[in-house]
Amino acid sequence: MIESLQHLPLAAGTHGVLAERFSDLAPALTARQAAIESARCLYCYDAPCTRACPTGIDVASFIRNIHDQNIEGAAIGILKQNIFGGACSRVCPTEILCEDACVRNNDAEGQPVKIGLLQRHAIDNAHFETHPFQRAPSTGKTIAVVGAGPAGLSCAHRLAMLGHDVVVFEAHGKAGGLNEYGIAKYKLPGDFAQREVEFLLSIGGIQVQYGRILGANLQLRDLHTRYDAVFLAIGLQASRRLGLTGEDAPGLMAAVDYISTLRQARDLAALPVPRRAIVIGAGNTAIDMAVQLKRLGSEEVTLVYRRGVEAMSATGHEIDIAKAHFVRMRTWAAPLEVLLDDAGRVRGMRFEETRMEDGRLVATGAIVEIAADAVFKAIGQHMDGDSVVDPLALELERDGDRIRVDSDFRTALPGGYAGGDCIAPGQDLTVQAVQHGKLAALAIHNDIQSVHTKAGA
Amino acid sequence: MADLSIDFCGIKSPNPFWLASAPPTDKAYNVVRAFEAGWGGVVWKTLGEDPPAVNVSSRYSALHGKNREVIGFNNIELITDRSLEINLREITAVKKAWPDRAMIVSMMLPCEEAPWRDILPLVEATGADGIELNFGCPHGMPERGMGAAVGQQPDLIELVTRWCKTYTRLPVIVKLTPNITDVRAPARAALAGGADAVSLINTINSITHLDLDRMVAYPIVGGASTHGGYCGAAVKPIALNMVAEIARDPVTRGLPISGIGGIGNWRDAAEFIALGAGSVQVCTAAMLHGFRIVDEMKDGLSRWIDAQGYADIAAFSRKAVPNTTDWKYLDMNYQVIAHIDQDKCIGCGKCHIACEDTSHQAVARLVEGNARRYEIIDAECVGCNLCEITCPVEGCITMVPQDSGKPYMNWMQDPRNPRAEVALGEA
Repeated sequence: MIESLQHLPLAAGTHGVLAERFSDLAPALTARQAAIESARCLYCYDAPCTRACPTGIDVASFIRNIHDQNIEGAAIGILKQNIFGGACSRVCPTEILCEDACVRNNDAEGQPVKIGLLQRHAIDNAHFETHPFQRAPSTGKTIAVVGAGPAGLSCAHRLAMLGHDVVVFEAHGKAGGLNEYGIAKYKLPGDFAQREVEFLLSIGGIQVQYGRILGANLQLRDLHTRYDAVFLAIGLQASRRLGLTGEDAPGLMAAVDYISTLRQARDLAALPVPRRAIVIGAGNTAIDMAVQLKRLGSEEVTLVYRRGVEAMSATGHEIDIAKAHFVRMRTWAAPLEVLLDDAGRVRGMRFEETRMEDGRLVATGAIVEIAADAVFKAIGQHMDGDSVVDPLALELERDGDRIRVDSDFRTALPGGYAGGDCIAPGQDLTVQAVQHGKLAALAIHNDIQSVHTKAGA
Repeated sequence: MADLSIDFCGIKSPNPFWLASAPPTDKAYNVVRAFEAGWGGVVWKTLGEDPPAVNVSSRYSALHGKNREVIGFNNIELITDRSLEINLREITAVKKAWPDRAMIVSMMLPCEEAPWRDILPLVEATGADGIELNFGCPHGMPERGMGAAVGQQPDLIELVTRWCKTYTRLPVIVKLTPNITDVRAPARAALAGGADAVSLINTINSITHLDLDRMVAYPIVGGASTHGGYCGAAVKPIALNMVAEIARDPVTRGLPISGIGGIGNWRDAAEFIALGAGSVQVCTAAMLHGFRIVDEMKDGLSRWIDAQGYADIAAFSRKAVPNTTDWKYLDMNYQVIAHIDQDKCIGCGKCHIACEDTSHQAVARLVEGNARRYEIIDAECVGCNLCEITCPVEGCITMVPQDSGKPYMNWMQDPRNPRAEVALGEA
């Protein structure tokens, strides 16, 4: 997958040495730290942290359980709202969600309870003999879920709980979606993503088929015919293009593809690593990319964004991580031209400086050139048009490049539902995808039940 | 800095902070360290008849707060487990080396005249400034007819106190047990027996917590436990009330009181003194933090006295006693209403749910989009203080006195009282 970087040197050092740089970004709380931190929670009523959580976790309750040494109770409180509570405790931007809302974040105090770390403490330390949730009596229905990412698996798990059987179709060789392929390695290290998937599937009633690609060896019309409902959680598989000449030159690639390869690499020392790199973008993926390059040994990594820092979609916490890794930030510069050497490989990029004028971003005409051995695009993803092309799929209505759904995640296609990044506007958060999957499962269940009731009446 | 020295029933001390009779005052080594640290006096751990008591292993347990701070402390130790002779020798030496510090000797003997008659002169010969009669120990010793077993019988208190006044010229302080219905009865008995002062409270019968796997309470001795004596911050409210009861009792009013019970800082000490104590005794706080705490206690008390414009400790001693009365004399026309300072409110909702679920539904929760605003419904507020207590932000909720325009009227004058002593309008 990293063919375009084949001409670059490999990472310096052994796999073992490199792997140590991809251990947990933030260490887990010790039991003592968890006791102290949990004591700080005020057990608010109608708590702002819970209102800020996209999955509605009762934060005050699980923290009180931690403090009272009821770790399993705490974990179940989290998991019943968010079956990916473990991953979310690591990847959620808590600084813009629960911890931003924490009442202890008030002006006089400014020290929110470390909710993310406490959630992780509960999930990591709970021990369950068997899966903690039971399945309802079988409904005899089978639902197809396309995509084994957080949205798809969250939906599958909830459907299984409600008594349905589920078949999940996954294009890749592993389940987990972005948790497995897309999150910075130091956020979800080791095999955490796979262990979480195994835990989730252990409820039973969920079959996963791998290598099943919608639009290729899997067609929506077949799913629609064969299953009682279909949930599309296909994410955004295609990376946006810069629209510049030289976009396909060796040395230029999508950040998500590099991250995916990095996460799956058995030997980190076999990864090509540019000495100087440019990352174009301003979201968390851009930060993940830049920081991981630094950890792999890149000397200069410049993150270039066409607007100012305040407009970056990466959170302040993420930007701090980048700064701590000495990632250069070059704002107010828009990509103009990919610079190639005589062999046609990337040698840098030319940018044009920008500024805001009457509320519009305009080019100033000033040119900036940055030398680089590789350029990584992190300018967003869109839905892979090839995946939804069969005649039935064409009936799906779109909002831009996303699938349009109603408030119950129903698509225009009867019996067809969708959730996760392929529908979500704005921040494409894991926790948001989990909530979509959960709510879609409840909607599917209700719709099936009401049809059943009508039929029986 | 204010002068902290006191004269407590003839016992002079450079400051009011004494270490209570307990492990910290068990032997010369500890007491010398205490005096070096600046304590004004000690009550030497209780002497008894030889042979000395024998203690079990595993002796203390505690009630912890959310951050493992010790809220209450429980012990099952007995009186000194060293011989009378060794204790007397050490007391003599320490008093000689530290003549300006108060040296009070705690004693516990059977309810027989002879032992008191025999041992009191030996104690007096040490040069000690006074004796304290341990009628309070609630564990172990009462099973042998001593400690709280005496303290719970006013006639025995009076009897033993009289013996002591007969056989020694030293001031006699009678230490009272709180394990009794009305603490005024033993205090009156002590006074009747000639006591120069009382000290209180001793510890309260307690079981702090259990090992739920082994189904046994702490502290665990072998496979069993026994109730101990409770002290520390948790008992301060009980001690304060008992001190006040004696201070405002017409019979014992004016009897010097050495206040004991959960004193851990200068503010606690000032409260005891304001409610009637002339000296204060500390044990648990020293056991948890070491003797050095007396530095902050003296400094804080002294600065507060200066800031208040008092000359010395006597100047504010008992100042809160006249303001402590029976319920029936409280003003029925007084009214406070809670007020929430919206600038300080952090939106935790605790005032709302506390009032809504358990009190008077007087805190409204206003939903403004994703924000919440909590407001007092004045008409429903009875001024109970619950919201102010549950609020995590100091000074956010205050209880504001309302001008009712009505004069003072207590329950005895209240027309709603079927047993009112004076009906309004007829007075």
